[in-house]
Amino acid sequence: MRKNISNWGNYPVLNCEEVSFSMEEQLTQYVNTHDHVIARGNGRCYGDASLGEHSVSTLRFDKVLAFDEENGVFECQSGLTLDQILDIIVPRGWFLPVTPGTKFITIGGAVASDVHGKNHHSEGSFSNHIVSMKVLTAKGLTECSPETEPDLFWATCGGMGLTGIITTVRFTLKKIETAYIRQKQIKARNLDEVLQLFEEHKHYTYSMAWIDCLQKGDSFGRSILIVGEHATKDQVAAKAAKAPLELPRKMKLTVPFNLPGFVLNNFTVKLFNALYYAKNTKRVIENTVPYEPFFYPLDAILHWNRGYGKDGFVQYQFVLPMDKKDGLVAILQKISEKGWGSFLAVLKTFGKQDDLISFPMEGYTLALDFPVRNGLFPFLDELDALVLQYGGRLYLTKDARMQERVFWDSYPNAERFREIVKTWNPAGKFRSAQSDRLNFQFA
Amino acid sequence: MPTVLILGAGSDIAVALARRYAAAGFTLQLAGRNPEQLRPLEQDLRIRHRIAVTVHAFDALDFTSHAGFYRALPAPPDVVLCVFGYLGSQEKGQQDWQEASRILHTNFTGAVSILNIVAEDMAARGKGTIIGISSVAGDRGRMSNYLYGSAKAGFTAYLSGLRNRLWHSGAHVMTVEPGFVATQMTGHLALPALLTAQPGEVADDIFKAAEKKKNVLYTKWFWRYIMMIIKNIPEPIFKKKKL
Repeated sequence: MRKNISNWGNYPVLNCEEVSFSMEEQLTQYVNTHDHVIARGNGRCYGDASLGEHSVSTLRFDKVLAFDEENGVFECQSGLTLDQILDIIVPRGWFLPVTPGTKFITIGGAVASDVHGKNHHSEGSFSNHIVSMKVLTAKGLTECSPETEPDLFWATCGGMGLTGIITTVRFTLKKIETAYIRQKQIKARNLDEVLQLFEEHKHYTYSMAWIDCLQKGDSFGRSILIVGEHATKDQVAAKAAKAPLELPRKMKLTVPFNLPGFVLNNFTVKLFNALYYAKNTKRVIENTVPYEPFFYPLDAILHWNRGYGKDGFVQYQFVLPMDKKDGLVAILQKISEKGWGSFLAVLKTFGKQDDLISFPMEGYTLALDFPVRNGLFPFLDELDALVLQYGGRLYLTKDARMQERVFWDSYPNAERFREIVKTWNPAGKFRSAQSDRLNFQFA
Repeated sequence: MPTVLILGAGSDIAVALARRYAAAGFTLQLAGRNPEQLRPLEQDLRIRHRIAVTVHAFDALDFTSHAGFYRALPAPPDVVLCVFGYLGSQEKGQQDWQEASRILHTNFTGAVSILNIVAEDMAARGKGTIIGISSVAGDRGRMSNYLYGSAKAGFTAYLSGLRNRLWHSGAHVMTVEPGFVATQMTGHLALPALLTAQPGEVADDIFKAAEKKKNVLYTKWFWRYIMMIIKNIPEPIFKKKKL
């Protein structure tokens, strides 16, 4: 059925033919008889990466195929969400090897975006934990792994669906004793302090910082660093220790409709940020919390994206190499001068990664939301120029507006990626509004 | 643990029902035309819910195979969910008997054929529950889908008669009349969001109503009242509408 679809940023809204499937045969038949096809999971990428003429929803393709509870190896169809996987694996003492800041994404989306989490510096991105997967390419269903068909494998991890439709994924899990995280929060007065804190805490498995992008002067870049480790049984309170792998059920809040655009303005955002910073009255707080608020603080508010109003927003996420701290300062300054930034931005250090087309590289990554408004895109183009100048790049899964040149100039293996995609998707059968925007020449 | 047999286990409502009954600890028997296609669901239920699941070949249109199919089940089921159905194309069915007969035989004759066999068994055992998924489309014929609707109307009447009969021998029959459900069957239709249920909601309604031994379940609940209005529109007016 044709309908208007948008992803999490509510921008852009495109009219797409949406189809779904629950069995492999249905998918194969559809792909064989249609062009301009792109897979779509739970719609949690922010922009147009999973929108296209024929948007194929994987959400009904959601079966668990194997779970080796001894060795922690899990296999499922691509439409299963992390949320459902956690419900199955956590009570049995296992956890996702890598998780982004929402659990409402599908496993296919996790692979296609090669998602990273708070543990990137210590455990890499999702692709680092994949044993093997199957992809329905233009040549048919193909199994791939770092050993078999490695080109297809690496072009599919972070490849935004351009090699075909991921059907099943087999990946390794992480052993846990409890469903709790031993967390430590440290307030940093400015950017220098938070970057130093990252360095001092790099032995922690998980780390990230909330940064207030509207501050200037001495408080420029003030942040709260949050680090954590999976709690062991003896680290949780006596009550929780009785059932250490179970979490109390909680009420979910929701934003029931799009808030009017004026609700979020410079004043309310500043106020929110000030309150957020002030809520930690002590400089250092250490406590044990369930994994949900630690990994997924925003998932507690369903449809929080509606808070940005009906025009939508874009999330701007870039990475800069470790030695380009001056670049980070320059970009943050530009953002704070403009004053258009969102509530809180996320700052994180990445560890080494040198894949074909994945976003992460060793360095600093910053992510923040900008509500769509007049003049936003020219401003983001200016930021892009700085990102390029300092040798960084933008995260494709957040992207809704990057200009063609920025992508091809910033991803060092883009040309090689295109060559591999061409062998599996020669006529551009699999293409998205994003790949069209970036002028991805398949032929 | 009680056993539930799902006839037509490949559909979206069937998957949701399988998950709901599995969550309650039932042993599952999944039956469908192509058993190989049910393997992923079989694994999924086993892993998620740690229950016993078996898969069986069943073709609603192959009437002569039904008795053998039922006999070969590993255990006589306590609950039988008759979920299979075929919406088909009304327009095509008007001109093409192949299509019309497939609609009628899948939704009515096939269901009667297998449930007759189940009913004999449950009557003899003096217990059991049959749940038939009919449709609000069977409550009144409309020009847009009266082939499907008339088959479902026949099925609804069959279930009502069967309920009457089996009550005397201790078994229960529940008729389910779903309204709009967001499934693959309706994927090409533009359904009004407020009136449309997700398969999980429908499965939950069915499970709970069956536990309470309800006779006729409309799901979502407001369809009972929508259909009451539709059934009461006088024919001289009704026939002039393009419904």
